[in-house]
Amino acid sequence: MPLPLLLPAVLGLVFLILPVIGLLARVPWATLPHRLTSPEVLDALRLSVLTATAATVCCLVLGVPLAWLLARVTFPGRRIVRALITVPLVLPPVVGGIALLLALGRRGLVGQWLDETFGIALPFTTAGVVVAESFVALPFLVIAVEGALRGADVRYEEAAATLGAGRWTTFTHVTLPLVGPGIAAGAVLCWARALGEFGATITFAGNFPGVTQTMPLAVYQTMESGDLDGAVVLSLILLAVSVTVLAALRDRWLTAP
Amino acid sequence: MTLLDAHLVVERGTFRLDIALTVAAGETVALLGPNGAGKTTALRALAGLTPLSGGHLRLGDRELTRTPPEQRPIGVVFQDYLLFPHLSARDNVAFGPRRHGADRRAAHAVADRWLERVGLAEHARRKPRQLSGGQAQRVALARALAVDPELLLLDEPLAALDARTRLDTRAELHRHLGAHPGAALLVTHDPLDALVLADRLVIVEGGRVVQEGDAATITARPRTDYVAQLVGLNLFRGRGTGTHVEVAGGFALTTAEAVHGNAFVAFPPSAVALFTRQPDGSPRNTWPAVLRDIQRHGDNLRVRLDGPITVAADITPAAAAHLDLVPGRQLWAAVKATETRVYPDL
Repeated sequence: MPLPLLLPAVLGLVFLILPVIGLLARVPWATLPHRLTSPEVLDALRLSVLTATAATVCCLVLGVPLAWLLARVTFPGRRIVRALITVPLVLPPVVGGIALLLALGRRGLVGQWLDETFGIALPFTTAGVVVAESFVALPFLVIAVEGALRGADVRYEEAAATLGAGRWTTFTHVTLPLVGPGIAAGAVLCWARALGEFGATITFAGNFPGVTQTMPLAVYQTMESGDLDGAVVLSLILLAVSVTVLAALRDRWLTAP
Repeated sequence: MTLLDAHLVVERGTFRLDIALTVAAGETVALLGPNGAGKTTALRALAGLTPLSGGHLRLGDRELTRTPPEQRPIGVVFQDYLLFPHLSARDNVAFGPRRHGADRRAAHAVADRWLERVGLAEHARRKPRQLSGGQAQRVALARALAVDPELLLLDEPLAALDARTRLDTRAELHRHLGAHPGAALLVTHDPLDALVLADRLVIVEGGRVVQEGDAATITARPRTDYVAQLVGLNLFRGRGTGTHVEVAGGFALTTAEAVHGNAFVAFPPSAVALFTRQPDGSPRNTWPAVLRDIQRHGDNLRVRLDGPITVAADITPAAAAHLDLVPGRQLWAAVKATETRVYPDL
């Protein structure tokens, strides 16, 4: 094996693994059970799981039809729509948060109308966290599901049509079950992205314990206040969740058609 | 009584399909042709899966030219069956009745009845991947028939099966097609499927109908090289003047019956006799030929001969040994006038 390839490869691997080892080495194992069950940690964890799950549901409801549209319907400007969907993917999340504020904030483009008409204010609320997380995570779901739809054989849908199924019934009874594994993989990816969301959340929803302070925000604040052990414990939880998601994702990916 | 009356025109790039089709109630018509002839395109156009560029489609007294596929009373058995992989055999068959308004229980009853009829009652709970090729084919047939289609379309229904299963399935399919009260159209490139399963053959080449009729007419009087090859005849097109037909290259074939004007001459490879020297006597066609190649054909050998006309000839292995057949060998070929069939090229 050529050394010019082997050496950087090994270095790259070490570079990826070393920080995780560093984190694990600093875990205060003795006080861990006590810290894990502290109300602050549990609050942040509960809020994170809750908002990430809600964001995933939002993404599924909006993203699956969007993916279907991109994969199955030919319309003018389809390529532009697909490009627009990837914007949140490359946009720095903090910028996303500011953009959300300008659109959905109390003085925002749509936010002002929402506030005046329905009395709905999203910024600095738990719902705002869900909005911020959905904004960043939606592209992941759309791209994953569109890929699954493109990979699925449309002739099954044609067979359904010859048996009398309209487009909606075909979608619910044939397409969805066929791309189920792909949607599940997309949802897991989406959930993981929502769980780790930081920039857009802190900008759009703020950092209020119990209301908008999710795990990544709690890690940041704990670290800032000088409690390194606390930050390590919170990080450990996120790490554990990430690894679990990775394992689940790998299985899904292998069984996907 | 004509049930299906269709004129299908589909244009796609440089390919143009333009065929007229009629099928009577209770009749099975085979659309036979080489790969790329447009058979599957015709089937998809009938099912509504490919839009027509022109023409019309009527089934009974219903105009279906622009009707979406889900509203056409047409069932399709696809080439690779396309059974829904996530549904059991029973739910696959029940899928159609459910979409046609039957409740779950009624749809399952219909499905069970059909699975019983195709002999798969005990496999109702199996998923498609647990079925053999022949079983999947029967489930696909049951699924298409469960909605009582007025027109049943079958796309190469036996192509995906191995030889043994094919034989059984062909016989069984014949039985079900006989019991089907509506019209049936079978798309195939296998002449045997067409001959066994269909009442009438429509031969398609290059997007057009080149010949149609019952099996006897088509096998006796092929009109294109493709059909002649299918039924195993040597075929020549020429101009008849009495009992002489002049074919391409100025060669004249003597026939037993007289014909005038454009005509076809056909004779089977078994009618060609080979000699090392020019034979004489009896009213026959003789010409010098050169052996191109030789192949096993059943118990006999089939040789292909170049010369003024290119023909295939069947000879016995004993005769082959006697003639010392090697490619390039100079021979004399002979065909009796009484062994030829001559018919006008309309």
